[in-house]
Amino acid sequence: MGRKLLLEHADVPGIETFDVYRKHGGYRSVEKALKTMSPEDVVEEVKKANLKGRGGAGFPTGLKWSFLAKPEGVPRYLLCNADESEPGTFKDRYLMEHIPHLLIEGMIVSSYALGSNLSFIYIRGEYLWILEILEKAIAEAYAKGFLGKNILGSGFDLDLRVAPGGGAYICGEETALIESLEGKRGNPRIKPPFPAVKGLWGCPTVVNNVESLATVVPIINDGAEEYTKLGTEASNGTKLISACGNVTRGGVYEIELGLSVEEFIYGDEWCRGIANNKKIKALVPGGSSVPILPAHLITKTAAGENRLMSYESLADGGFASGSMLGSGGFIVFDEDQCIVRNTWNFARFYAHESCGQCSPCREGTGWMEKVLHRLEIGKGNMRDIELLADINKKIEGNTICPLGDAAAWPVAAAIRHFREEFEWHVTHPEDAVKGNYGLLKGVTV
Amino acid sequence: MVKVTIDGIDVEVEAGTTVLNAARKIGGDVVPPAMCYYSKLEGSGGKCRTCLVEVAAGSANDPRPMPKLVASCSTPVQDGMVIKNKTSEKVHVNRGAVTEFLLINHPLDCPICDQAGECHLQDLGYEHGASGTRYEEERRRFDPIDIGNKIKLHMNRCILCYRCVMVANQLTDKRVHGVLGRGDHAEISTYIHNAIENDFSGNMIDVCPVGALTDKTFRFKSRVWFLKPMEATCECTKCSGKAVVWMFGDEIYRVTARKDKYGEVEDNDGKPAWICNDCRFEKKDPAKWNILGPRKINRHSVISANHYELADPNNNSKKVK
Ligand SMILES: Cc1cc2nc3c(=O)[nH]c(=O)nc-3n(C[C@H](O)[C@H](O)[C@H](O)COP(=O)(O)O)c2cc1C
Ligand code: SF4
Ligand code: SF4
Ligand code: FES
Repeated sequence: MGRKLLLEHADVPGIETFDVYRKHGGYRSVEKALKTMSPEDVVEEVKKANLKGRGGAGFPTGLKWSFLAKPEGVPRYLLCNADESEPGTFKDRYLMEHIPHLLIEGMIVSSYALGSNLSFIYIRGEYLWILEILEKAIAEAYAKGFLGKNILGSGFDLDLRVAPGGGAYICGEETALIESLEGKRGNPRIKPPFPAVKGLWGCPTVVNNVESLATVVPIINDGAEEYTKLGTEASNGTKLISACGNVTRGGVYEIELGLSVEEFIYGDEWCRGIANNKKIKALVPGGSSVPILPAHLITKTAAGENRLMSYESLADGGFASGSMLGSGGFIVFDEDQCIVRNTWNFARFYAHESCGQCSPCREGTGWMEKVLHRLEIGKGNMRDIELLADINKKIEGNTICPLGDAAAWPVAAAIRHFREEFEWHVTHPEDAVKGNYGLLKGVTV
Repeated sequence: MVKVTIDGIDVEVEAGTTVLNAARKIGGDVVPPAMCYYSKLEGSGGKCRTCLVEVAAGSANDPRPMPKLVASCSTPVQDGMVIKNKTSEKVHVNRGAVTEFLLINHPLDCPICDQAGECHLQDLGYEHGASGTRYEEERRRFDPIDIGNKIKLHMNRCILCYRCVMVANQLTDKRVHGVLGRGDHAEISTYIHNAIENDFSGNMIDVCPVGALTDKTFRFKSRVWFLKPMEATCECTKCSGKAVVWMFGDEIYRVTARKDKYGEVEDNDGKPAWICNDCRFEKKDPAKWNILGPRKINRHSVISANHYELADPNNNSKKVK
C-alpha cells in the first residue's frame, strides 16, 4: 500500500514551478505521446487502463473518449471540470494548488488524443487563487514550448485557457458547464444531444474531471499494464480521497483502490481514527450525494465481507446496504452527530443549488428542505417522514440532470438507516430544539 | 418514415419527430399535457416534466424498455418504439407528482386571476391533481411587478417554463428580461421595471401557460368565459393583423393571437401569426377591425364550457358536457 502516482511529488518544495516539476519527471508523458504515439494509441492506452471518471459518476474515460464525434472540419474541445463543489470534496483543489503542472500535462496529452486544439479548465469561482496558480503554470508551459504552436515539433497545436465560474454547484454538471463557458446562464441542457456530439459552441466536446485528466499522465508514462497492476480487478489505480468530519487527521490522501475502509479510517498512515476517542456513527464515502452508511455497514458489507475503498465494494448491497465511491468526499460522523440535522444541511445545499429549470427538482428540493428543517427544530410529525420518503421517490429519475437524484438519495438513505432518529425528533420536540440528537440522546432517551 | 405505437395506436411519422408530436398526430387523449414545450419556440421543452411517458420498447432494433420515464417533448421517436401514456400506471403516478410540485408554491388565486378559464395549470390540476394538499409550508411570495407598461408579472403564478424568455430571445430585437436566481427562488425579471418595450413583447402573454403574465389593458375587466371570441383581421404593417378579439356586447375587451388546441399560436402562411403590440394593446375600437365571425375554441377548458361549440367534441369528451 501507499504507492502514489499523482501526489508523489506534491510536497517537493517548488514543485509548482516548471523547472522543479520537470526535474521530477514532469512532462515526460507529453514527449512520449507526441513523439511515439498516435492519438488513437493514447485513447487505446487509457481504455486499457480501465480508468473510471473521477468526477463522481465513474464513467470509463477511454470509452467516453471513443464516443467523441469527429466530423471533418469541425473543431473538438476538451474541457476540464474543476468546478468541485460537492460538499465534502476538495481533492481537485489540492492537486491544482500543489502540483498544477500535472493537470496541465494531463490536458496536453488528452487534448492530443482527442484532437482538441483549444482546451479549457473551468474552475469554480471560489477557487480564484488557484486560477492564478494555474495561469502562472500555463504561462511557464507556453514559455517552455509545451503549449502553443507545434508542441515539441510534433505539429500539434494547443491553447489552454482557464475560465472561472460564478460559484454555482450546478455548473459542475457537464452541460451546465458548457452553457456557462459559452457565457450563458448555467442551466443543464436537455439530452440528447450529448456533448460528445454537440457540446461547446455546438462542437463535439469531452468533459473530464481534474483527477481523471491528471491520471492520464502515469497511465501514459508507465503504460496501462503497469497501471492496472494497482487496485482491484474492477477498480484500477489510485484515487484521491478528501477525508473530513470527525477523523483525527483529515486531508487529501492518495490511496490505492482496494484499501480497506477500516485501514483508511483507523490506519496510522491515513485518518488515524475518530477524533477525541469517539465512536463512529456513520459515513458518507463519496460526497454529499451518495447514500449514508450506518456504523455496522462501514467496515463490513451486509454480506459480512470487508468493505474496501473501491467502486464495487462501496456499492456492494446496492442502495439497501451500500453506497458509492462517488467523488471521493469521505465524510465521517461520530456518535455525537445528528443525522437529521445533517440531512437537513445537505438538503439545504441542494435546494439552494438547484438551477430551478425542472419542476420536480426545483419544487421538490425546496419542499424537502422545509420539511427537514421543521423536523430538526421539533416541529415535525410522523407523517412528515413518510412524506419525505415519497417526495424523494417522485424527484428521482424524473429530472433533467442528476442533481435531482443527488438531492433525493441522501434523504432516502438517512431515513432508511436512521429512521429512529427522525422519529425521536417528533417524539421529543423540546429536546430537538435544545440541541442535537447525538449529544442529547444519552441524557434524555 | 418510422412507425411508433402510442397507447396501442400506431402512427407513422418522419424520423426525428418527438414522441409528443407523434402523439399529437394521433390526437385525442393519447396526447400528453405540455406546459413548457411550444412548437414555435426553438429550444423549448424538457423543463416542466408534465409530458413524461413510459417507453415500453425503445425501438425495433433494441426493444428493451427504458428504466426512467422520458420527456415526450424532447425525445425523438425510433422505429418500432412503443410508448405508454394514459395506459401507464407509472405515468399516472408521476404526472400527478409533477402536478403537485407545480402547485405547492402556486397561490391558487384563480378567483382573481385573469388567466382562469384558459389556464393550462388549471386544466392539469383538474386532470391530474389531488383534491387536497400535502404542503404545509409557507408558499414563496413575490410582489407583482410591471415588466413593461402593458404587461404585468405575477411571479407567484409562474411555473418557470421559460417560454416568455424564448419569445424575448427569438421575437424581439433585444432581450431585456430573463431568469434571475436559482431553484425555487428563481424568478422572471427585467432588473429594471417597465424595461420591456418592443413591438412583439406582448406575445409573452399569449405563450404564458398560466396567469403569470397578463395584459394590463385587460386586467380585472371580465372573466374570459363571459366574452365572445371573434376572429378578426385588420390592416397592420407590423404583423399579419390576424387576431381574435374578445367582445362583450359591442366592445372589444382584449385582443390575442389565434391559438390552436394546444394553446399555441396558429400559423399564417407557414409562419406563426404572432401579433404586434399595437394590435394587442391599442386597437380596442371595433371599427378598426374586420370582424369575421365567432372563433371556435377547441380546448377542454372552462373557457369552452359555456356557450361555445367545440370544433371537435370527440377530443374533449371529458370536460365539456
Ligand atoms: C450537479 C452536478 C454537479 C457536478 N459537479 C461536478 C464537479 O464539480 N466536478 C466534476 O468533475 N464533475 C462534476 N459532475 C459530474 C460531471 O457532470 C461529469 O460527469 C464529470 O465532470 C465527468 O468527468 P469524469 O468522467 O472524468 O468523471 C457533476 C454532476 C452533477 C449532476
Ligand atoms: S434536476 Fe435540478 S439542477 Fe438539474 S436541471 Fe432540473 S432543476 Fe436544474
Ligand atoms: S412568466 Fe409565464 S411564460 Fe414566463 S416562465 Fe413564467 S409561466 Fe412561463
Ligand atoms: S412539455 Fe415536455 S417537459 Fe414540459
